[in-house]
Amino acid sequence: MVMGMSTTFNVLDHVMVPDHQIMSEEEVAVLLSTYTITQDQLPKMYHDDPAVKSIGANMGDVVKITRKSQTAGKAESYRLVVKRPKK
Amino acid sequence: MEEWMEKQIFEADLPDKTKIDLTNYLFGKNVSEEQFNQIFKQVAREYEYTRIEPAEAVGVIAAQSIGEPGTQMTMRTFHYAGVAEINVTLGLPRLIEIMDARKTPSTPTMTIYLTTEYATSRDRAREVSWQIEAAPLHEFGDIITDMVEMQVVVQLNREVCDRRKISVGDVMEKAPKKIRDRHHYRDFEAEEEEKTATLTFYPKNRESYQNLFQLAEFVRNVIVQGIDDIERVVVRKEEGEYILYTEGSNLKDVFEVAGVDTIRTRTNNIAEISEVLGIEAGRNAIIDEALSTLREQGISVDVRHIMLVSDMMCMEGEVKQIGRHGIAGEKESVLSRAAFEVTVNHLLDAAVANEVDILQGVTENVIVGQPIQLGTGDVKLIAKPINQE
Repeated sequence: MVMGMSTTFNVLDHVMVPDHQIMSEEEVAVLLSTYTITQDQLPKMYHDDPAVKSIGANMGDVVKITRKSQTAGKAESYRLVVKRPKK
Repeated sequence: MEEWMEKQIFEADLPDKTKIDLTNYLFGKNVSEEQFNQIFKQVAREYEYTRIEPAEAVGVIAAQSIGEPGTQMTMRTFHYAGVAEINVTLGLPRLIEIMDARKTPSTPTMTIYLTTEYATSRDRAREVSWQIEAAPLHEFGDIITDMVEMQVVVQLNREVCDRRKISVGDVMEKAPKKIRDRHHYRDFEAEEEEKTATLTFYPKNRESYQNLFQLAEFVRNVIVQGIDDIERVVVRKEEGEYILYTEGSNLKDVFEVAGVDTIRTRTNNIAEISEVLGIEAGRNAIIDEALSTLREQGISVDVRHIMLVSDMMCMEGEVKQIGRHGIAGEKESVLSRAAFEVTVNHLLDAAVANEVDILQGVTENVIVGQPIQLGTGDVKLIAKPINQE
């Protein structure tokens, strides 16, 4: 739940926010080996992102995002949770 | 169609949409095993054709596919975008605004949906709009600048307050507080008179007319009801429900207003969306906004180009602009950055920092005159040793 918001409001319910799921370590290992990449090559999202807070993910977690795609119908994407850099 | 066919389609390595389309098409049709196999093979092959080849320069294709139609867009279009009397920037200026990831668009606007109980009646929709539209104090009564007594007297109109569902006490309490907090103006005292609904302001300096008039100006314009950023709200009926359109945007505060549907309500301020709803919503917002801007101009650009741009902009967890303060300015390669804008600065900084360019990108290799690593240029000869102990 985002601070300061009314208790009934959850960002994940909004039409513009796709489904976010925290991936288990095994799932992450499979993902990285299928694409032969390292974890830091994944797209990122900040630890204070409202959706990250809402699902309770921590820094270092990989989040699986299931988007509604205009071309494929449904598309999966992945993001690594990182700390927001200081300006 | 038999069950095993459905299962085979379901398990195939095809996009969801293709699977659903194929299943729907074959549903209830009588196809033999041989026919099915042929259809299935053909669909799989067609899908394979639509996929982009490895080492294809998708970025360049996207840039050209958006750039070319962009040249045909009208330069300065400021017009009423069909919905209500609300002015929205469209055309090329809007597209530039989206790609530049501006913090606030030049014409921020919101589309506020209401929960069922409020969306069905105009009066109830208006009630919500009073809570949202910024209303200055002078709309709630008469303001008199008394130059003899050196005071500003506000005579509140109870009828107006009742109609706008705000108590006289609330207005009287809010006005002086807001002047102090919002305008950082503190050189005055306020006196409330609940019975006669009058609110009197005295400037601290009772000698200066200038101070009195300055105070009167603050009193007139202090926002006592609604959300400060939202200058105007228009109620419209669309597809059987009342929707609010606004001039000005503040997603966070609007979400806290009772009666607002927090599931569908949206704004055209992309930075605000990514802040309140997260980076993934920001990505969707860029796609939606860019696509609707292009569509409004009668230009059709394939979504995939816009999706690529949007993905690049949202890669690092926040919305980054395309230009030199964003994607182009943060490239790994010195030569690539220098080739874009502010060449000398980049080369100088790189020299000072002893940067190394590993020449892996396109621009760098064009500069030094080597084959670029794209298409056939990306293919290297790989020998797989056989019969080796």
